[in-house]
Amino acid sequence: MLRLTCPHCGVTAEETELTPGGEAHLRRAGPDATDAEFESYLFARKNPKGVVFERWRHAHGCGKWFIAARHSVSWQVFGTYPAQTTEPPADLIETIRAAIPTWEGWQ
Amino acid sequence: MRRYSVFAIAREAMRYHEGWERAWPAPTPKPRYDVIVVGAGGHGLATAYYLGKNFGITNVAVIEKGWLGGGNTGRNTTIIRSNYLQDPSSAIYEKARSLYEGLSRDLNYNVMFSPRGLLMLAQTEHEVRGYKRTVNANDLQGIETRWIGPQEVKDLVPMINLHGPRYPVLGALLQERGGTARHDAVAWGYARGCAAMGMHILQNCEVTAIRSENGQVSEVETTRGTIGCKKLAIVVAGHSSVMAEKAGFRLPVESMALQALVSEPIKPMIDVVVMANTVHGYLSQSDKGELVIGGGTDGFVNYSQRGSWQHVEETIRALIETFPPISRLRMLRQWGGIVDMTGDRSPILSKTPVGNIFINCGWGTGGFKAIPGSGWAMAELVANGEPGPLAADFGLERFREGRFIDESVAAGVAH
Repeated sequence: MLRLTCPHCGVTAEETELTPGGEAHLRRAGPDATDAEFESYLFARKNPKGVVFERWRHAHGCGKWFIAARHSVSWQVFGTYPAQTTEPPADLIETIRAAIPTWEGWQ
Repeated sequence: MRRYSVFAIAREAMRYHEGWERAWPAPTPKPRYDVIVVGAGGHGLATAYYLGKNFGITNVAVIEKGWLGGGNTGRNTTIIRSNYLQDPSSAIYEKARSLYEGLSRDLNYNVMFSPRGLLMLAQTEHEVRGYKRTVNANDLQGIETRWIGPQEVKDLVPMINLHGPRYPVLGALLQERGGTARHDAVAWGYARGCAAMGMHILQNCEVTAIRSENGQVSEVETTRGTIGCKKLAIVVAGHSSVMAEKAGFRLPVESMALQALVSEPIKPMIDVVVMANTVHGYLSQSDKGELVIGGGTDGFVNYSQRGSWQHVEETIRALIETFPPISRLRMLRQWGGIVDMTGDRSPILSKTPVGNIFINCGWGTGGFKAIPGSGWAMAELVANGEPGPLAADFGLERFREGRFIDESVAAGVAH
């Protein structure tokens, strides 16, 4: 079972205590966006076989949203951080690069 | 290819069964094919088979990173039905179901299609209304389904508990021509059919890169060398996004684990397929006597082909109220497969941004039942370069244009 540590309340929760919220760091296209950009925002997903950044809500706990960096095959968790950010923290990116030197980056 | 028949069995019985040949050979890759199908699961093999049978295209390779039928084709709960609400879904699933009826004869391979009847239990008022609506829709689509009351459910499934305190059985949608088939045999039968037409099935051959020239696909790099092709069909279910990334585009698909489990083998106790969508479990009995039980998917991206314990618990807990005898059974094994989920829970059969690359994916939790129809429609798309009537509504452009085929709302659950 997947276990993640909520960065808000510090509780290490099992996946039954959490609600998954899909791919993180999607950037909503602005009013000048083309149809293709908006389609991409709404539907196209990275769905990587490797490092995923995904939104989770500590639904049966503090109720806050956070983001987890995780490997989609091994389920190794690299870290979690609050959802109020537009990009992953630099130290987490360093951690992932150290673990997977061939990693192509989060974008 | 030597045909299987009662005479062949008699002949081999006379000579210690030494004359059986391999069902399909293990060829060396040619430098170039007219069509390469990536993925030797049911859908990929069916695509190749109907390319040859319906369009005469036989210079085809089906390449597979693992072993034939080792992905979701070998991991599902083998349910076949076509009682869908939306017209495009009904059309392609009913095509598949009707092809299943004649498939053993067509392939000269026993796929053990068993039209034993399929019940979808209504356990809430909402479901009663929903299934009655589906019965009416199926009537208009020419698909035989009917609504039955609780007593008829009890007659069909004697072990059922109609009066569960939380989820009483209020009736069911019955598709009498639905049922099951032997999942491995479907892949093996199609593979043998493809090989008989001279197609190459290349196992343990993983695609590592897809190359294109002037926006048209030209070749694939594999672990067994570079192979050229005029057309490429990507039919890889859970790994569709991985292949799409190699070709340079993204899909509206997320890969998640779906799991199933079987009990120890017991004497016959249920001779229909029962789906209970409110509590989210489905149940049938295999020919070996095991109860085959399926449940829901994980909600997050996962490529690990493992199950999650809490889903086993949830599924069994849900089924025990309605099927009390299974509380005494020991579960024999459980496994997971990686399914490709689209937002509207309907498949994608489509052209792609790269010329002459076609994709067939997004069957999510319900791909097995669709194998023959999916292969039929995909072969048409690959051969003509344009979708035929079965695939027309399932293009990638439906997301941009807002023309969803919304089976997630229709079914209320994964299906």
